[in-house]
Amino acid sequence: MNAPTFGPTSYHPTKGERTSLEIKDFNLWYGAAQALFDVAMDVQVGMVTALIGPSGCGKSTLLRSMNRMNDLIDNLRINGAIRLEGDDIYGPAIDVIGLRKRMGMVFQKPNPFPMSIAENVVYPLRVDGVTDRALLEQTVERSLKAAALWDEVKGRLKENALGLSGGQQQRLCIARAVAGDPEVLLMDEPCSALDPIATAKIEELIDELRGNYTIIIVTHNMQQAARVSQNTAFMYLGRLIEYGDTKRMFTNPIEARTQDYITGRFG
Amino acid sequence: MATDHIVKSFDTELQHLDNCIAQMGGLAETQLAEAMDALAKRDALAAERVVARDARIDALEHEVHERIVGLLALRQPMARDLRAVVAALRIATDLERIGDYAKNIAKRTLALTQAPPKSAVATIGRLGKLVQGMIKTVLDAYIDRDVDKAADVRLADQEVDQLHTSLFRELLTYMMEDPRNITSCTHLLFVAKNVERVGDHATNIAEAVHFVVRGQEPESRTKGDQSSVTVIDERGRTTR
Repeated sequence: MNAPTFGPTSYHPTKGERTSLEIKDFNLWYGAAQALFDVAMDVQVGMVTALIGPSGCGKSTLLRSMNRMNDLIDNLRINGAIRLEGDDIYGPAIDVIGLRKRMGMVFQKPNPFPMSIAENVVYPLRVDGVTDRALLEQTVERSLKAAALWDEVKGRLKENALGLSGGQQQRLCIARAVAGDPEVLLMDEPCSALDPIATAKIEELIDELRGNYTIIIVTHNMQQAARVSQNTAFMYLGRLIEYGDTKRMFTNPIEARTQDYITGRFG
Repeated sequence: MATDHIVKSFDTELQHLDNCIAQMGGLAETQLAEAMDALAKRDALAAERVVARDARIDALEHEVHERIVGLLALRQPMARDLRAVVAALRIATDLERIGDYAKNIAKRTLALTQAPPKSAVATIGRLGKLVQGMIKTVLDAYIDRDVDKAADVRLADQEVDQLHTSLFRELLTYMMEDPRNITSCTHLLFVAKNVERVGDHATNIAEAVHFVVRGQEPESRTKGDQSSVTVIDERGRTTR
């Protein structure tokens, strides 16, 4: 079956200071099945960029291509390029571990390690062989503060992280993701397992982290995309259909497909 | 207008909202037509009917507001749906005002029937016809989501403004000729102003239609009504 064709992609994002991630004519195949088609977008530094689209549209695949999480999948083939601050992340010179340190990732379900709250936060530093107690303690406090969790857990840093609530666990994962001081935070539906209060806290946190980090968030919740992001990219069947300023995307989208999706008329 | 939502009841609610606006529009149109007719025929009974019927427009506006608050709270409309809901809110307010102006014209008609007839009523009648046409067109433009029809209404408003300015001058002249004209001419001045204001509200609605369809406000237009800056001196010369 031929992939459906679309009109020219509408592309009108709000520009930041510079481009953080540059995605250029990126194609991806799982075996014979093509999952991404000529995706091209410039993710702006210090902004929150939301990726929206129906299930199977390729938004998670795109997100996982950004820090090469897809490398583990057999028969994966790509062409085109993704550059982080100019460095080709699929280029021969790149160190994948180093790349992932530059891009923290937060997943759908909170996944703290079965260890203390403090150890969870500094795990990335431990892996790097950091033993300086002062630096580790500083990192715990700084990261937990950045993740708006410090006040809730400062008295019980040695307790097991699995004893925290789901929302606290997710903020702990964000603290862990920022502990290594990455440039980019990738979030794959970070609130889908959380209640509305915990969700609001994460959204507030995303707003606070913006500026210091470039954040890319995949979400199925359109109101959430509208609330937290400055730019929104709408994907459908592996293609980037429209990429633009969030306010405009949700009040006056250009492409009919975008309009149909965000107004709930799909299918 | 709003079809094909996955959640069918959302379509139904948007349709109901549209129907409410259409009903309000029809009523406002009739109210103005009958108020103008009562004025021309010096029919006090008809004028009283217009005054009494205004409550129905107010009630419909109330219903539109309630529906919109419900839609915003429960459906969180986006993009074109959001624009349609916001526009409906604006349009309901404009239609309610049009109803108020029709009612005021009817009230002044009650006063005017007690004074001798004035020839300026014929000019006001022409103004009324023009504005009634605008309301009809703009309601069609709303129902059909037709930007071109909406643009016609905005153009027609310039003619209304010009006619109103000349009517203003005509009425001032009558009053200067004979002070006994002042009472009825003052009422007629207000009637003319009311009709002119209805034209402005029709223009607002046209702009709302443009906003629904295109997602932005139309370009601003020059104001054609010069009556606010018109002066006639004691020798009957107009200065601005």
